[in-house]
Amino acid sequence: MGTLFREDAQFSDRRPLGGIGQLLANLHLDGPLLAGLGVICAFGLFVLYSAVGQNPDLLLRQVIRLGVALIALVIVAQLPPALLRRWTPWGYLAGLSLLALVLILGEVGQGAQRWLDLGVRFQPSEIMKLAVPMMVAAFLHDRPLPPRLGHLAVIGAMILLPALMIAVQPDLGTALLITAAGILVVLLAGMSFAHILALAGLAVATMPVLWHFMHDYQRQRVLTLLDPQSDPLGAGYNIIQSKIAIGSGGLFGKGWTNGSQAQLEFLPEKDTDFIFAVLSEEFGLLGVLALVLMYLFVVGRGLYIAANAQDTFSRLLAGSISLTFFVYVFVNTAMVCGLIPVVGVPLPLVSFGGTSMVTLMAGFGILMSIHTHRKLLPR
Amino acid sequence: MRRRAPIKDSGAEHRMFLNRVVLAVAVALGLMGLVVGRLVQLQVIEHEHFADLSQGNRIRIEPVPPTRGLIYDRHGVILAENVPTYQLELVPEQVEDVAATLAALIDEGLLAEEDLPRIRTLLGTSQRFTPIPLRYRLKEEELAQFAIARPRFPGVDIRARLMRHYPFDSAAVHAVGYVSGLSKEELQRLEDPAVYAGTTQVGKTGIEQRFESLLHGNVGHRQVIANARGRALGQVPGEQPRPGANVHTSLDIELQLLAEEAMAGRRGAVVALDPRNGEVLALVSTPGYDPNAFAAGLKPAEFRALTAHPDQPLFNRAVRGRYPPGSTIKPMLGFAVLEESVSDLDHTVQCPGHFSLPGSSHRYRDWKIHGLVNLHDAITESCDVYFYQMSTELGIDTMHDYLARFGLGSRTGIDIAGETAGVVPSRAWKREKFSSRANQVWFPGETVIASIGQGYMLTTPLQLAAATAAVATRGERYRPHLALGWEHPLDGGFHAFEPEALPRVQAQNPLHWEVVINAMRDVLQGENGTARAAGMDAAYPMAGKSGTAQVFSVGQDEEYNEDEIDERLRDHALFIAFAPLEDPRIAVSVIVENGSSGSRAAAPIARAVMDKWLLEDRDERVTVRGRAAAQAGTPLARSAPVAE
Repeated sequence: MGTLFREDAQFSDRRPLGGIGQLLANLHLDGPLLAGLGVICAFGLFVLYSAVGQNPDLLLRQVIRLGVALIALVIVAQLPPALLRRWTPWGYLAGLSLLALVLILGEVGQGAQRWLDLGVRFQPSEIMKLAVPMMVAAFLHDRPLPPRLGHLAVIGAMILLPALMIAVQPDLGTALLITAAGILVVLLAGMSFAHILALAGLAVATMPVLWHFMHDYQRQRVLTLLDPQSDPLGAGYNIIQSKIAIGSGGLFGKGWTNGSQAQLEFLPEKDTDFIFAVLSEEFGLLGVLALVLMYLFVVGRGLYIAANAQDTFSRLLAGSISLTFFVYVFVNTAMVCGLIPVVGVPLPLVSFGGTSMVTLMAGFGILMSIHTHRKLLPR
Repeated sequence: MRRRAPIKDSGAEHRMFLNRVVLAVAVALGLMGLVVGRLVQLQVIEHEHFADLSQGNRIRIEPVPPTRGLIYDRHGVILAENVPTYQLELVPEQVEDVAATLAALIDEGLLAEEDLPRIRTLLGTSQRFTPIPLRYRLKEEELAQFAIARPRFPGVDIRARLMRHYPFDSAAVHAVGYVSGLSKEELQRLEDPAVYAGTTQVGKTGIEQRFESLLHGNVGHRQVIANARGRALGQVPGEQPRPGANVHTSLDIELQLLAEEAMAGRRGAVVALDPRNGEVLALVSTPGYDPNAFAAGLKPAEFRALTAHPDQPLFNRAVRGRYPPGSTIKPMLGFAVLEESVSDLDHTVQCPGHFSLPGSSHRYRDWKIHGLVNLHDAITESCDVYFYQMSTELGIDTMHDYLARFGLGSRTGIDIAGETAGVVPSRAWKREKFSSRANQVWFPGETVIASIGQGYMLTTPLQLAAATAAVATRGERYRPHLALGWEHPLDGGFHAFEPEALPRVQAQNPLHWEVVINAMRDVLQGENGTARAAGMDAAYPMAGKSGTAQVFSVGQDEEYNEDEIDERLRDHALFIAFAPLEDPRIAVSVIVENGSSGSRAAAPIARAVMDKWLLEDRDERVTVRGRAAAQAGTPLARSAPVAE
């Protein structure tokens, strides 16, 4: 298996390069991945234009955000994986310090505190979305795999410390996603199934504890999933309306900008977390399937890059980034069609808003860096 | 795996990784299959059901706001209620051209140009299908006029709504507070915005704000069958709203009105407390304002007029006003002098009308030449030189400790928002307060002026009343509070808030209290008392202390001549008092801004408040507390929702 993939990689590197291909190679970019992301973003802008009520100003803002995120991608792609690995512990520590700072400032202020104002306002939890899987991958890089129990304990602490600090902000959604990103690295590293089962058991056992620490509005979201009709004006309203939007879209959809649920303001948060419902209403099942396939293509290309990576750090990190991207897609779509509770996770690259876009694209920048900095291996 | 040394087998690792990737792909495809399956279920199998819901007639869920709870005084008199009014409303989703409709309403005379900015703001922030109030409190003839014009205005309607009404207008406004329009920002700050669906107003100050969650209740809903443009075609009953709880306060509205009348035309504050439990009996800050204007929707010009008014009617002087306490702190400092054994009744000080620190020529003036005085005389006749002398022996930090024990210089924790802490200075405070080294040094002269409540020292009227109550009870302290409890909206059950005891002011010798209280009695009822005029012919024993706080400083060789000084630069007049001496039932603080003299301007007001309370035995009347359950039907009937 391994030899086959390696030969394949060498083959692609030896392909004669055309004009665009040469440019991409010089910029350390991966053509297929970039094309997949581009198609999703373009499709996303179409849907968004309809969701924001054909407001060109809002659309322009999103285009600018995409531009900034793309620049982040290109910059990150220039950094060789070995350099990224050396920087990882420092980035992780910086992220932890900023999270601590947010908590301290949050004590002084009141209520939810996620933002840090350092000239530009940003959420330190965004750093952790990449820093946590990088840290775990760097830790495993020069240790024998599959990881031993002692190493797993260290990794557990690496993941849970930032996750808890984010959970108390309170931002349960991001905390869970960061935990997932970290755990995915370990799973890919070959953690034994016995350990996985034990971990799953532990997770189930901590559920009641978690429930105890949840805010009322978070509990409400879980309860609402079980019975949306119980809170028809609050969180349940969103689910009821988004199901109507999706269901009424049918196979072919009502047509672009013709979704009555979305356009007549029945659907809340239609340009952010619930944009998937707008897509489903206006483009129907076929439109949704097209987007889902594009997402799966991006995830697949990411995993292909991971499979061809040349060292443990790159391999684990690329795998985790790709699968985490899938988790975003799954959590958002499953939430919008009422399969899981409403957690504040946007549909990646499509939802309005820029905070997470840069992180996301920086992650893809890492994938491209991993793929384009490979050395030809002497046979 | 059999190898023990940490040697990496990269080939095995790679194979393991690929296995895991294959597994992950399988799980991911499975999960995505779930989502796609769900989409097929919604979009193909149940498509017609959802299409029916979305197209043609649809069911809309409309919130039914709850009725806001009432606010009572201690005797069951209503301080805030809901009255039915008729208001003109517009549902933007049901109107073709909002601007044209508004213009037509102006032509009709039902709307004024000046209403437009406010309506535009509401249009920008309203929730889905929520009617926007265009005009409140329509008159009879306007109702008739619109009834005729109605067919020309689809989407505009008249609705009977309950509006908050404060029957005593501006009375007790700084305690009760007011409700006003709920903005989008406020909505986002609320813990559960869904509860506010359909609610247009929210408590902004006082009891209305602090007990918002109790007073508001819980939203109900009904399902409205509506067409695609949102016009209601019929309705299905949903869930009834749960009305808000009624809040009972410790205020006595008659006592409050009497105090406000006594303060009429003046700026200042009166706070009356029950020393036995911390209940606030009256909380006056003048001038006040009419909360009904806020509830009805204040025009921007009216609001600007209130905020720009030189007397600052919106400012709650009773809990936010920071005044130098002047001589009113002398009883507390006298207590400190006795407790610290710095002096006693046998020790006298010669008062030549001024005081100088050793080695300094600066003269600290007294308001008159008192001659030979002991502690009793120094309080009764308010001799400054005696306390100047004592302060040099106590030191500022000890003075701070004692005053802080009485609660001065920190928030009392009263159950309305916005309280300020004031300042009781100490060396540590000054180091903290000032950044430059030179300013951090504590000067001996600052101790001297602190002994007569001047300099850095600032207290609120509420703090002074609470400190007076602590003297009255010989050290027992309770947190001042306005809310006695709340009444369950449905079963009428009364839930009392228990009074909260605070750390006692401990005395080495209980007789020290009696020395101070005797001196305070003679302030009002002794031959030489500064406020003997206010204490004349009292039917009960009372104790008090006057204070006069400088607003601007007089040079040490100048005379203070009140006729020549601008009214706003005259001294503030203060008075604290409690009665009766044994088992005290009321403690009062009065501040009259620029009132010149505490004994002349403030003391008579304190006396009038205490007379009303004690001579009419107002605290012993049956209060609503005990009757709440029995009478549950009566107050609730007044707040029943109006049929539409």
